[in-house]
Amino acid sequence: MLVALVVFLPLLASAIAGFFGRTIGDRGSQVVTCGALVLSAICGIFVFREIMEQSAPQVLTIATWIASGGVDVAWSLRLDTLSGVMILVVTIVSSMVHIYSIGYMAHDHSIPRFMSYLSLFTFFMLMLVTANDFVQMFFGWEGVGLASYLLIGFWYDRDTANAAAIKAFVVNRVGDFGFALGIFAVFVLFGSLDFGTVFGKAPATTHEVMNFLGWQVPALTLCCLLLFVGAMGKSAQLGLHTWLPDAMEGPTPVSALIHAATMVTAGVYMVARLSPMFEYAPGALGFVGVIGGTTCMFAATIGMAQYDIKRVIAYSTCSQLGYMFFAAGVSAYGAAMFHLFTHAFFKALLFLCAGSVIHAMSGEQDMRRMGGLWKKIPITYVLMWIGSLALAGIPIFAGYYSKDAILAAAWASGTAVGRYSFCLGTFTAFLTAFYSWRLLIMTFHGETRADHETQHHIHESPWVMLAPLCVLAAGAMFAGMLADHFFVGEGREEFWKKAILVLPAHDSIAASEHNGGFIDSLPLIGGLIGIALAYICYMLRPGIPAAAAVHFRALYLFLLNKWYFDELYDRLFVRSAFSLGDGLWKTGDGAVVDGIINGIAARTRDAALGASRLQTGYVYHYAFAMLIGVVALITWYLIPR
Amino acid sequence: MLTIGLAHYLTVAAILFTLGIFGIFLNRKNVIIILMSIELMLLAVNINFVAFSVTLGDLVGQVFAMFVLTVAAAEAAIGLAILVVYFRNRGTIRVEDIRMMKG
Amino acid sequence: MILAPIMFYLFALVAIASGVMVVTARNPVHSVLFLILAFFNAAGLFVLMGAEFLAMILVIVYVGAVAVLFLFVVMMLDIDFAQLRTGAMKYLPVGLAVGLILFAELVLVFGSWAISPIVSTVAAAPMPTAAGFSNTRALGNLLYTRYIFAFQAAGLILLVAMIGAIVLTLRHRVGTRRQVIAEQLARQRAETVEVVKVPVGAGVAAEAGVGAAE
Repeated sequence: MLVALVVFLPLLASAIAGFFGRTIGDRGSQVVTCGALVLSAICGIFVFREIMEQSAPQVLTIATWIASGGVDVAWSLRLDTLSGVMILVVTIVSSMVHIYSIGYMAHDHSIPRFMSYLSLFTFFMLMLVTANDFVQMFFGWEGVGLASYLLIGFWYDRDTANAAAIKAFVVNRVGDFGFALGIFAVFVLFGSLDFGTVFGKAPATTHEVMNFLGWQVPALTLCCLLLFVGAMGKSAQLGLHTWLPDAMEGPTPVSALIHAATMVTAGVYMVARLSPMFEYAPGALGFVGVIGGTTCMFAATIGMAQYDIKRVIAYSTCSQLGYMFFAAGVSAYGAAMFHLFTHAFFKALLFLCAGSVIHAMSGEQDMRRMGGLWKKIPITYVLMWIGSLALAGIPIFAGYYSKDAILAAAWASGTAVGRYSFCLGTFTAFLTAFYSWRLLIMTFHGETRADHETQHHIHESPWVMLAPLCVLAAGAMFAGMLADHFFVGEGREEFWKKAILVLPAHDSIAASEHNGGFIDSLPLIGGLIGIALAYICYMLRPGIPAAAAVHFRALYLFLLNKWYFDELYDRLFVRSAFSLGDGLWKTGDGAVVDGIINGIAARTRDAALGASRLQTGYVYHYAFAMLIGVVALITWYLIPR
Repeated sequence: MLTIGLAHYLTVAAILFTLGIFGIFLNRKNVIIILMSIELMLLAVNINFVAFSVTLGDLVGQVFAMFVLTVAAAEAAIGLAILVVYFRNRGTIRVEDIRMMKG
Repeated sequence: MILAPIMFYLFALVAIASGVMVVTARNPVHSVLFLILAFFNAAGLFVLMGAEFLAMILVIVYVGAVAVLFLFVVMMLDIDFAQLRTGAMKYLPVGLAVGLILFAELVLVFGSWAISPIVSTVAAAPMPTAAGFSNTRALGNLLYTRYIFAFQAAGLILLVAMIGAIVLTLRHRVGTRRQVIAEQLARQRAETVEVVKVPVGAGVAAEAGVGAAE
């Protein structure tokens, strides 16, 4: 079956490159993994065509995994529109990133390891999106978390990279804990972990309550909320977002693949996949919407003040994910997936272009030391423009269609959450355009601020790096236009079929057709204002940002320091965890456990020492002891008489 | 008192046995006394065997007493051989000096 | 008749007395001699009981062999005459107490020994009541038939004891010359005989060694 090829080719490639990397050499591992991924992408396209032709979701069972008690879980691959779309996104972006990595990582020492990890990640992501039950999804979930850890900490001789990898893993773990609790709750509520069964039973359980920490809560809402906590962790939403900027310690292809296009979107995919459940838990949907809306604005504000080129794009990702979530929050799952689809292309493009810039600047990532590059690396410049236009939501480019669909649906939903999200989202559109052009202008325009040595080495990237960028740029330009009809337009019912469920009462996409023209054009106006403002501040009057930073110093520092979330978490959780660990280690393990063990050993030795004094060496002492024993024995037997 | 019965013989044997035991751990002189005390104890046991054999009318007691005799002789020989070799190596058979096996 | 009890008490008392003397005598030779006396008296007791074979064996083996062996060893070893008494006093009370307890228990057990009446019927080897059978003959009948294996095993024990004693105490004195037959027989002509052409009038050339100077 084609889909089995799609999913398992990356695993095979990862195993070959991982175990035999030294034998087949750098070139060999690059060829194997890129070849496997490209093949997987081509098969993915064919699989997508197949899915479009069938009318109902298909499940391909591979093997039984757990058959114990009431838990029946199998390794299986679910094929419907949702997983088809994700397969396309994952395989295409991943194969482009693989090819790009050939050029970007050309001088690295551990190329086979890198390619192997990339392919391994792709495999886990594919397992996640084709899962037919919660446990396999969790398997994929954990697997991508693992791959993320391995890749962020790829340059393991760097302390910061190690710390970032651990931070990513631990914060994700918090989310995963919620996810696991959600799975348990689902099992308790539905008695099964299979998607088909659960989705079928969902409507009937809307009135059930469950006991959680002593309170009686609506069961389905509880399940959805817990599962969403997992999504928050994986997709870096407000509260569990702290790992994403630090994840930029990893190589740029990793940031492009994992932290822009695929892994972080797993949360959105999950909410869309579980739409049959979420639709019947409006409380959970509302929470999703609030979190999404708040995150999108929160991240954009921070992105405005950052000066590391990758961090700006990272916060941009966080913000765009917020968009996708609040789209889901107003039941516009199609719009959320549409934005996921387009965002994958243009964000990966932006990241890889940033990588191209960093490559040209010999590793420099600070925008304050860049500038004046547009003549020297023109192709990258043009591609970056394309990506930014798509991100800002300028018409024709991809982002316009998806972002506007989301905002229109948010307004049209009529709920408080929807309106709240719309306001924040529109403001964020302005911010997004602002920081995107800030990035463009600071990096490419003006007088160059780089030092002499770096200037000499500025060169355009090789074609092996530019070709994937061109493919992604094509997606960023045309994906929106082409897919609009299917994802959110007239053809959406036929397109999605049963993959996502939208209750008629919540159908905000349908309602959004009745939005006024003003509402519809508000995001575009915001974006254009943002571009203009950035142009003024950074091209015409470069003194304005510096003056603003001085004038509004507190606000500036607040934004620069990421709203002090890291400091807050450090004080709240990290320090207490460390002191608990320290206490348990030094006192608990050192004094108590070791004390008990050593104490027992010491007492045993003392007892033995005492007992050894019985052995005097004199035979008559021994004979005497024997005699006493005999006498005692006889006395013992005589007593009953 | 006048008719000698089983109990008399057994008492004699008991006394001899106790004397042998005293000899083992009350003696501080030399190891030979220990060996001789063992012989005394074996003699007491033999008296017991024969007394019972006669009382019960069972010859097995006497057969066994003969074997005890045999073994006692063998054991005395070996014991003395060990003693001789020990004396050659250590130069003393004072009981207090034999404590190399102290734990 | 009254002789039997008198003999019994005589034998018993002397045996006990010599037992005490064995343990307490100063001179180890005296100890051995008192041991011999104890054995004799025990033999007497055996005769009184009617086990005369055992009594004679006691005298022959115990006195004749074992006690003599003791005597040899005592006289061979350079034993210091008893000093001490110093150490004994410390242990005397406890030892005495334990010994007396043991004795009391023994008496208690044996005094209250109740012999079931059916015992005589289930005796393993009933004593022959007919006058024609001497104790020796009866024992012989039993030993060589029913207990032949134990008999042979006892012989083996004695063999092993003998070998053991020899192995333990045999020592090769340095400097004594012995014959080693095997070496003698394996001697080659080449090692012993040397043909020398001696010119008339001249002797064999003087070499280091005996006999050349004659």
